[in-house]
Amino acid sequence: MPYKIVAGQCTNCSACEAECPNEAISEQGTTFVIDPAKCTECIGHYDTPQCVAICPVDHTCVIDTALPRYQGAPA
Amino acid sequence: MASSVLGSTAGEPVVDIADVMQKMAEHKGCGTSSEGGKASCGSSAGPADMPPEIWEKVKNHPCYSEEAHHHYARMHVAVAPACNIQCNYCNRKYDCANESRPGVVSERLSPEQAARKVLAVASTIPQMTVLGIAGPGDPLANPRKTFETFRLISEVAPDIKLCLSTNGLALPDWVDEIAKYKVDHVTITINMVDPEVGQHIYPWVFWNHQRVEGIEASRILMERQLKGLEMLTERGILAKINSVMIPGVNDMHLVEVNKAVKARGAFLHNIMPLISAPEHGTVFGLNGQRGPSAQELKALQDACEGDMNMMRHCRQCRADAVGLLGEDRSAEFTTDKIMAMDVQYDAEGRKAYQEAVEAERQAKVAAKADEIAGLDAVGEISVLVAVATKGHGVINEHFGHAKEFQVYELSAKGAKFVGHRRVDLYCQGGFGEEDALDTITRAINDCHAVFVAKIGGCPRADLEKAGIEPVDRFAHEYIEASAIAWFKDYLANVASGAIVHVERGDAAIRQGAYSGGALLAG
Repeated sequence: MPYKIVAGQCTNCSACEAECPNEAISEQGTTFVIDPAKCTECIGHYDTPQCVAICPVDHTCVIDTALPRYQGAPA
Repeated sequence: MASSVLGSTAGEPVVDIADVMQKMAEHKGCGTSSEGGKASCGSSAGPADMPPEIWEKVKNHPCYSEEAHHHYARMHVAVAPACNIQCNYCNRKYDCANESRPGVVSERLSPEQAARKVLAVASTIPQMTVLGIAGPGDPLANPRKTFETFRLISEVAPDIKLCLSTNGLALPDWVDEIAKYKVDHVTITINMVDPEVGQHIYPWVFWNHQRVEGIEASRILMERQLKGLEMLTERGILAKINSVMIPGVNDMHLVEVNKAVKARGAFLHNIMPLISAPEHGTVFGLNGQRGPSAQELKALQDACEGDMNMMRHCRQCRADAVGLLGEDRSAEFTTDKIMAMDVQYDAEGRKAYQEAVEAERQAKVAAKADEIAGLDAVGEISVLVAVATKGHGVINEHFGHAKEFQVYELSAKGAKFVGHRRVDLYCQGGFGEEDALDTITRAINDCHAVFVAKIGGCPRADLEKAGIEPVDRFAHEYIEASAIAWFKDYLANVASGAIVHVERGDAAIRQGAYSGGALLAG
């Protein structure tokens, strides 16, 4: 559940959308947003969260502290 | 001397082909011949040192032929926002509508909108021959959008040449797709062939699902760029190499880059000055990294100019630029406007217009050939001159209206285009704070004369005081022939002792200036 995009920082470049293994990222108006129900922090897919790795603006894809961390796939 | 017969690019172009042919016939020694309508002299067969099949590819591509850039226009469609590397001269957050530099764009297009825009522009600007995808990110980091755009455009406007510009990281994966869509011009930005140098330019690349930093990032990027270049060469796709000259970082190293890309079959090398200002928010802008002066840039370009063509007419345009290089008509073709336009693609009309352009261009080359005779006794003297032009290779711009000056080097070899100088106002904070005339004299301070269609009394006196001769007696005549005629007079005056030849100093390169047709709030 945990990553979010800081709207004021997002350049709307769309780079993260194609890299997300969960198809959790979509365009909404002038920014991209992460669906917290789909985000897995890339756990089980890659060593690092892909949106963070490709985002051209540092500190734009960040942990959403308002939500609990991803707990892994339900058993 | 024949004069320009095509209308100004500022208004509706007017072509009278009969008039063109008449002018051609009047031009001594260069009439049309019976062989396929080609002129008996001029450049229709291309320069002597260029194979005909390559000339066919570049002759109406403004970015690949200096000569073509006076006559033909290009457009970029901004369908590729994502990027896969980070460069220290780029900051994607900063986007000003009045600014003109790579990576900057006002609105993003879908492939369908892009195709519509291409039709609208092609219908309005018949000399628009080239469609490029140059970002604002990297076209090959957005492959679906990029190739879908090419597919749509090749269906609706098959006569338009397709090209793209890439950082090269993903290039080897897409070369076959590039060949499939008949994209026959690809530009790769290569700033180094040594990761030790590259680490100061590229903080990271996104590679195999990881952000790779440091020297390793540049090693991967360099290998992919050179491999991609080799693959393009193998397939006969023309490659242009762009390099950003960053003084103290890669300036001397670019001679090595030049050798490396030449050895791998690159067609053209374009060394551009770093654009860097604190307000751009780039790493280089914020840490005070300066760009080169006009003479530093020219010296490096001269040093690299062996048996390889150097591009000196690059305007470092926006990823959504429209028009001749040096002009930007993108504000006329916003999404709202193109959707409201009644677009009619007139392939025949475009062809007729382009044939007229070709005739004019041959007349220009012939005029230059006439003037160049008798220059052999020049000796060692060479001078630079600045020219105010709106295109077509003609001196047709008023001094006070010029947004840029084209610079020609005059020597025993004739007139050679060596660059251009922007003199338009800064996007921000420039208005009223800076005397416009001072800006111009700084930008062309290394020139002995400035050729204009017209000039007022005050700037004339100020230019003379600065040691730059204003020349308006060649208004609406061909640039190169006029410059050579002036140069002969200059040399005669030097020989007779009427004037003393003195070397001029250096000049400043203005950066990040707007070149939009309209001033937008921003």
